[in-house]
Amino acid sequence: MAEGSTKISMAQALNRALRDAMTEDPTVYVFGEDVGPLGGVFRITDGITADFGEDRCFDTPLAESGIVGMAVGMAMNGMRPVVEMQFDAFAYPAFEQVVSHVAKTRNRTRGKVALPMVVRVPYAGGIGGVEHHCDSSEAYYAHTPGLTVLAPSNPADAYWMLREAIALPDPVVFMEPKKLYWGKDEVDLDTPAPGIGTSSVVREGTDATLITYGPSVPTALEAAETAAQEGRSLQVVDARSLVPFDDAGVCEAVRSTGRAVVVAEASGFASVASEITARVTERCFHSLAAPVRRVTGFDIPYPPPKLERHQLPGVDRILDAVDDLQWEDQ
Amino acid sequence: MADDQDLLPSEQPVQLLEPSGRTVEHPVLPLPHTDRLLAAYESLVVGRRVNDQAGALVRQGKLAVYPSSHGQEACQAGAALALAEGDWLFPTYRDTAAAIARGVDPVQVLTLLKGDWHSGYDPYEKRVAPQATPLATQLLHAVGVAHAARLRGEDTVVMALCGDGATSEGDFHEALNFAAVFKAPVVFFVQNNEYAISVPLARQTAAPSLAHKGIGYGIKGERVDGNDIAAVLAVLDREVAAARAGGGPRLVEAHTYRMQAHTNADDDTRYRDGEEVDPWRERDPLLRAEALLKRRRVLTKDRKARITEHAEEVAAAMRAGVDADTDPAPSELFAHVYATPTPQLTEQAAFLADELSREGN
Repeated sequence: MAEGSTKISMAQALNRALRDAMTEDPTVYVFGEDVGPLGGVFRITDGITADFGEDRCFDTPLAESGIVGMAVGMAMNGMRPVVEMQFDAFAYPAFEQVVSHVAKTRNRTRGKVALPMVVRVPYAGGIGGVEHHCDSSEAYYAHTPGLTVLAPSNPADAYWMLREAIALPDPVVFMEPKKLYWGKDEVDLDTPAPGIGTSSVVREGTDATLITYGPSVPTALEAAETAAQEGRSLQVVDARSLVPFDDAGVCEAVRSTGRAVVVAEASGFASVASEITARVTERCFHSLAAPVRRVTGFDIPYPPPKLERHQLPGVDRILDAVDDLQWEDQ
Repeated sequence: MADDQDLLPSEQPVQLLEPSGRTVEHPVLPLPHTDRLLAAYESLVVGRRVNDQAGALVRQGKLAVYPSSHGQEACQAGAALALAEGDWLFPTYRDTAAAIARGVDPVQVLTLLKGDWHSGYDPYEKRVAPQATPLATQLLHAVGVAHAARLRGEDTVVMALCGDGATSEGDFHEALNFAAVFKAPVVFFVQNNEYAISVPLARQTAAPSLAHKGIGYGIKGERVDGNDIAAVLAVLDREVAAARAGGGPRLVEAHTYRMQAHTNADDDTRYRDGEEVDPWRERDPLLRAEALLKRRRVLTKDRKARITEHAEEVAAAMRAGVDADTDPAPSELFAHVYATPTPQLTEQAAFLADELSREGN
């Protein structure tokens, strides 16, 4: 059904992606904690049980390893499960299933058993959440061979990347930035816009490149806007596909400006931001006028709501890092 | 909700054969048909031969490691023979004999234990899941396979194997709970062989028996003499039929004994003595089955010779297959990580290929 372009929130886009995938493919099943009649604590599965029936979208016992482990079995047996982990830090009980089975089964069976499944993880902070509700856990998954790890930052990417993730013959960990759930933007539902393996230049610029993803993309865009008012032209690249990573696209962007700052909310040590920084440095060294800088969360447990603003990469910290990129006029 | 008492296992493990091979009357369960017992006996003999042969291959350095099911062959044979063709078996690393009893090629089953990077056989061919190495994680996969089949209206039953140690894992709990809530047709078959490497059962649980754990999930539990092939078959037949009929999951605990060390790398003299092991020799599942069949005069000399010959053929195939096997190819390490290799993996595969070519390989 042709829908054209529509202005919807990321939450609505994800809901729409689940519905469209379920309509097109009867083997797509959605389950997890509170995803049934309640529609999920973030309402991503709102109305799906009512419209598709209790077999297709159902609540499970409260046990994340059980949810992911059952999804593995269903995927082995002809289904395409899409499971919700409710919150980043509550996905940890499923870690063994994800690392030892979800990620390794294709390899371990020499390609005979594929696991086409999606583990949706609402993640990161900026929502005033209490402890265990704001972790940026993407590095754990990105570090695990066999997983595809995606982190959309806008409704259009959320819709198309989730559609693509569900259709993929491999398991995907789909990181959804909670604080961006409610921001609205245009989504063209008719024209497929695949994102796996690609980055996206979300703002053109000539002086330096901000490389970011997920919840930090709007912050980077805001920083670029402020910089523009101060006469500096910043390009913003949304990495969005953490695994596989778009080395070619990101490096092309960095070479075009010769300066780069990596911005991510997760603690910086041994993080996706570290990896991006290393990759860009290894590949673009002779195009760089300054060392690649990182703006990340501190290496501390995620702070309580009243202090979380100190943890999040903000516009000022990003612009300070840009100022440090050895400009000739300094 | 079932009556509480209906969920509890029988007071003693179900037994249909004494160690001497004499039959024991059971109020409900009849002795399986003689033809079935003969087929099971053959499977037991093959299972024992497979265990012995694999042990020898380890000593010759041709297998990296082998966790033997010596003494547990009745459980191995019973688990496979209780299933129909369309059913699924979920074995662990100690269930090589069960996979072979279900028809998987013996050499392919040994792939991982040989030290290769993949699990060998095609799981869909005989509907035998890859042997699981982490404990209890595969029980959840069994629930998922069963639930998917049920959603499609198929009457598939899944036999999920684990040992006593695995019942302490969280995934054992989650699997039984999920299976019960979703009425998934899974028979959880626990081979209680008294040891998890060196740790005895008393350190795994304070429950009256492992089968008693079923009631906590609303699952009917049952216990069976795991060295009595007639009882194992009779109980598993009943539970598989119940699961197939829509009765939801079942939990069966087989009381058996790990006659050998955990693997060849283990030294069991550090945690148990011969006095403990010896009484179990009299309860050997093979001797018991043989005594019954001889008593019934169905195990003729000829038939026994044919069965022995078949077991020797399997052992010979194992020796030849392991010998013929070439070393794993390094280049294939990158081929199955994703359906389509990432650009990074393609780069790394090229790097390794270049490194190997410079080494002259």
